[in-house]
Amino acid sequence: MVARDDPVFPEAAPEAVTAAGRSLWQDAWARLRANKAAMASAVYLVIMAVACIIGPELTGHRYDEIYQAYTSTPAGVEAHPREAEIAPAAEDALKRARVEVKSVTVSGNQVSVVVADDEPVDERVVRYLDRSDLFTNANVAASTNGGRELTLVADVDRVRFFFGTDAVGRDLLTRTLFAGRISLAIGLLATFVALIIGVTWGAASGYAGGTVDLVMMRIVDVLYSLPFIFFVILLVVFFGRNFVLMFIAVGAVEWLDMARIVRGQAISLKRQEYVQAAEAMGVSVGGILRRHIVPNLVGPVIVYMTLMVPRVILLESFLSFLGLGVQEPMTSWGVLIAEGARNIEGTPWMLMFPSAFLVTTLFALNFLGDGLRDALDPKDR
Amino acid sequence: MLRYVVRRLAIAVPTLFVIVTLAFFLIRVAPGGPFNLERPLEAKVMENLNRIYHLNEPLWKQYLFYLGNILRGDFGPSFVYRDFSVKELFEAGLPVSIQLGASALLLALAIGTLLGSIAALRQNSATDYGVVGLATLGITIPTFVIAPVLSLIFGVWLGWLPAGGWGDGAIANKILPITTLALPQIAIITRLTRGSMIEALRSNHVRTARAYGLSTASVVVRHALRSAILPVVSYAGPAAAALLTGSVVVETIFGIPGIGRYFVQAALNRDYTLVMGTVIVIAIFIIIFNLVVDLLYAVIDPRVRYE
Repeated sequence: MVARDDPVFPEAAPEAVTAAGRSLWQDAWARLRANKAAMASAVYLVIMAVACIIGPELTGHRYDEIYQAYTSTPAGVEAHPREAEIAPAAEDALKRARVEVKSVTVSGNQVSVVVADDEPVDERVVRYLDRSDLFTNANVAASTNGGRELTLVADVDRVRFFFGTDAVGRDLLTRTLFAGRISLAIGLLATFVALIIGVTWGAASGYAGGTVDLVMMRIVDVLYSLPFIFFVILLVVFFGRNFVLMFIAVGAVEWLDMARIVRGQAISLKRQEYVQAAEAMGVSVGGILRRHIVPNLVGPVIVYMTLMVPRVILLESFLSFLGLGVQEPMTSWGVLIAEGARNIEGTPWMLMFPSAFLVTTLFALNFLGDGLRDALDPKDR
Repeated sequence: MLRYVVRRLAIAVPTLFVIVTLAFFLIRVAPGGPFNLERPLEAKVMENLNRIYHLNEPLWKQYLFYLGNILRGDFGPSFVYRDFSVKELFEAGLPVSIQLGASALLLALAIGTLLGSIAALRQNSATDYGVVGLATLGITIPTFVIAPVLSLIFGVWLGWLPAGGWGDGAIANKILPITTLALPQIAIITRLTRGSMIEALRSNHVRTARAYGLSTASVVVRHALRSAILPVVSYAGPAAAALLTGSVVVETIFGIPGIGRYFVQAALNRDYTLVMGTVIVIAIFIIIFNLVVDLLYAVIDPRVRYE
């Protein structure tokens, strides 16, 4: 290693510029970019994340908005109520006004009704239309025959459910996107929790060695033998079911693998010459961990992380299936899938769409993880 | 070898002890109890129940009492499944879970190593991409999606197989649960085998075997697969422990009387004895299969020696 302003080699600097080497990261990035499956997956994940973050605001429904008239509506592009259903609904609404409905014409999002009676019709008849959930802004457009015949015009609230609705009449598209937010957030946060605990534990254990290592790894072994679901149920019992708890619980369990991987790496790293050199120079243990051990762990840790996110999302959905996940009206892909699986025969779309979102996202995450591993694995060169 | 096994089993005893202690106190400090029903019981009834089950005594006394009991092989009565002892529940359920789990694992090992080897031998071909894609898909589809879909297709629409139920262990009733259990394992084992097989095919001893003019089949099966199977073996240990102790999802959806369902129900209902029993059974399975993995390692890889 030559210091930049070394007086002994005055010409060294310009040469170094022309022959700039590629760092490990540039190398890895180039290899990752060449991997079409991984890049496509990355693009897909970005699209999915953006859709889940802003999507629920754009669908025109709130995730917990209930349309009582449209429970278990199949998926489709047509607007509800259907054209044919509007006229009967208008007649129905005006039935209580005790006037004769002569004709109902529907044009787009407007309906015009001609009503007649033997005596002049009270203009307040429009209220009967407004009172129905379907119509808004009802007003009298024309009055003929001395007020005995009125033409009423009202706007029709027409809504679309591209993915259909669930059993209580909530828009599934909005819910699926909203659930994606929760699932992705849990995946990332739990992985982050696992990462922090696992890297700290593993690096400390591997670097310290000896009795400390033995004790720390025995603790990992014991936790490993305790069934995961046992932990989660206990946590749920203690803290109640909530969103924050989910990722802490999952993260608190998933760190075990991370700790083992990091420990193995740390053991091999600490025998490297540069670490021994740092030790000889009197750098503190914390300093060596920060400067040498942890940065060198980044490669395997990133790879493991990308593969952990899909696992965590899957775990979360498994917990939701058991009824231990996030609670209504909040939702996650796991909750939606569990609901769908229970009603698979009657309302298959409730299983289909959330599963498709979950599976494609996990698929992309796995491919990205594989791509990263190939890119960062120096053995493959 | 024998000394190694004995030593490992000796280490397992304190591990098991720590697990039992940890689980005992964790489930006991959890709020609620086995008799906290939606409609509270009468105070006198509650008191009697607590006395019968020794729940009114201090926790450390109960702990010593429980330890004494399990040393004598008595896991106590179940709190929720009245009239059954934990031992009876396991005697009825464990064989069912083991049967399904073992069949699924063997199926997954056979198909997974086969597919993985095929993909590795044709690396970067269409076959390879197809296998890897399918395997990745297999990892990502949750069991609780596969199970109802299989049940709907083969049980309801086609009517070929029973949609659920155990039917006293009729083969037709086992096919769907075993398939559901095996599919994700096939996917994982395929990926593992493919990865290690690619590495093994590049290694020196395989090149030497090829140079001797051995047939491809012999090179792959006798030389490459031997080292390629090691990661699969270390995965299969914990996987076996998980599969043989039953799956909540599969047993719930297909209505199978295994022990997988007990754990979640027991923990939620604070069925203390049943929770403890399940924790112990699972821990024993994990310890045994980790030992089996290490021993298999020595059998497969002659460089590994335990003295």
